[in-house]
Amino acid sequence: MIDISSLAGPLVNGILWGGLFALIGMGLSLVFGVMNLINVAHGDLVILATYFAFFLSTGLFMRYNLPFDMDPILSLVIIIPVMFGLGYAIQKFLMSRAFKVSAEAPLIIAFGISLIIQNVALRFWTPMSRSLTPPYVLDAFVIGPLRIRVVYVIAFVAALIIVFLLREFLRRTYLGRAISATAQNKSAAHLMGVNTGRVYAFAFAISMAVAAVAGVCLGLIFSFTPEKGIQFLIIAFGVVIIGGLGSMVGTLLGGIIMGLVMTFGGLIDTNWQMLLVYLVVIVVLAARPQGILGR
Amino acid sequence: MLTISLLWTNMEKRAQEISQEPLLKISNIDVFQGTFQALWDVSLEVKAGEIVGLIGANTSGKSTLLDTISGLLHPAKGKIEFDGQDISTMEPFHIVELGITQVPEGRGIFPDMSVLDNLILGSYSKRARSRKKENLENVYQHFPILETRKKQMAKTLSGGEQQMLVLGRGLMADPKLMLLDEMSLGLAPIIITSLYKALQEIRERGITILFVEQNVRRSLQEADRAYILEVGRVTLSGTAEELREEEEVKKAYFGV
Repeated sequence: MIDISSLAGPLVNGILWGGLFALIGMGLSLVFGVMNLINVAHGDLVILATYFAFFLSTGLFMRYNLPFDMDPILSLVIIIPVMFGLGYAIQKFLMSRAFKVSAEAPLIIAFGISLIIQNVALRFWTPMSRSLTPPYVLDAFVIGPLRIRVVYVIAFVAALIIVFLLREFLRRTYLGRAISATAQNKSAAHLMGVNTGRVYAFAFAISMAVAAVAGVCLGLIFSFTPEKGIQFLIIAFGVVIIGGLGSMVGTLLGGIIMGLVMTFGGLIDTNWQMLLVYLVVIVVLAARPQGILGR
Repeated sequence: MLTISLLWTNMEKRAQEISQEPLLKISNIDVFQGTFQALWDVSLEVKAGEIVGLIGANTSGKSTLLDTISGLLHPAKGKIEFDGQDISTMEPFHIVELGITQVPEGRGIFPDMSVLDNLILGSYSKRARSRKKENLENVYQHFPILETRKKQMAKTLSGGEQQMLVLGRGLMADPKLMLLDEMSLGLAPIIITSLYKALQEIRERGITILFVEQNVRRSLQEADRAYILEVGRVTLSGTAEELREEEEVKKAYFGV
């Protein structure tokens, strides 16, 4: 007999993990939706933000030990603008030129960025498994038999806030509308006077800003190494496919479903966790390719 | 404020009518799509306040010509001048700022946005943003159905309504010159008639119109002057009356 109360744990945790997965997926979804670019470096860029937070909170970097001691969440004040600028620069100076060469060129450039980040991280911070460890990292809310880690809740709340902010931005501001319009019909947007080059650069920049938040949350919940980026990229793909392209709320739902699949899959067998995730993705692709809320 | 800007637009119009310099002047352009030459030595003029038709079959290069005026393509040879400025190498958003708006073939709505959001996006350029409220009022006057359906998703509109939407969106850009690409494609004759009636009303506001149309008879009914485009070259041009008399056109007339 299945004990209902023992299901509560995986249920709650699955939903909360969903917040993190949604955060990781949102950046990917935005870039793909707006400029049809599958940013294969996205996972690595998220991990880059994580390492950045690690650096700012421990001061460790190659063989140096700088006296940094910033709380990871506080360090977002620095990391978000830096990632925003990085994203803007990558699109404006690298990707925009790659688009002119061929349709595959940006993919190759993204792959190159992925390699560079992994090797830089390897060089700077060694292959040792790292974590972000502020004082509250192991704290948990205890509600009856449930132990809910504080950092899970932080990630989930962050996801809710960002989904809301992004949705309002895309709907209400001129730039946000321009980004939506460009995603739906590029040449018509062009004819409206939208500077598509600028729109692409901002879309990539916003994607990186969200990746920054995702990176910090990731580091608080999981341990990370330079190669972890790929693993999270795959999860991000799953989230976007399940939730559907073009909908921020869809990405949130996709994240939650992924989270639940992982936690309940873990109940069956931890070795089957990822397999179950991939199976769900295949089923969704076969049954409803545009995802739950996709266009 | 409103009266002063109205006064100014009237003065501008009269100045243009007096000057006789064409609003849009295309001189001997060659345009390539990749390695394929789509337009050969094309010249064309549109004077302020006119409605000019561009008539031709599918492969004539009409859409290429409109896209070149809009800046999506650039001529390999020759010059395009608008309002006295050389726009041959300008980017599309810059050309929209100057006052040229294209209503593309196939409508080009933003399907997952509401009617109102589509219209608001029309006033994206700096030129149009300050006159957003006014222009929205005008659009609702021309096409009341858009106000009724303003919260609906654009993809739920009928074909005729979608065409009205993109016409309205074009008006939101506060243009001096509107380019229309195959407005009547796939629409019932009764709807086409009401669209062209709206076009005449739009012209009365002082907006110049260049439209592309496959239907010869309809074009010559609605336009002041027209150019006939065949396989990338201008083969005939003149006033609507002159063209109706031309032997070649008579053949096409009865053919259609």
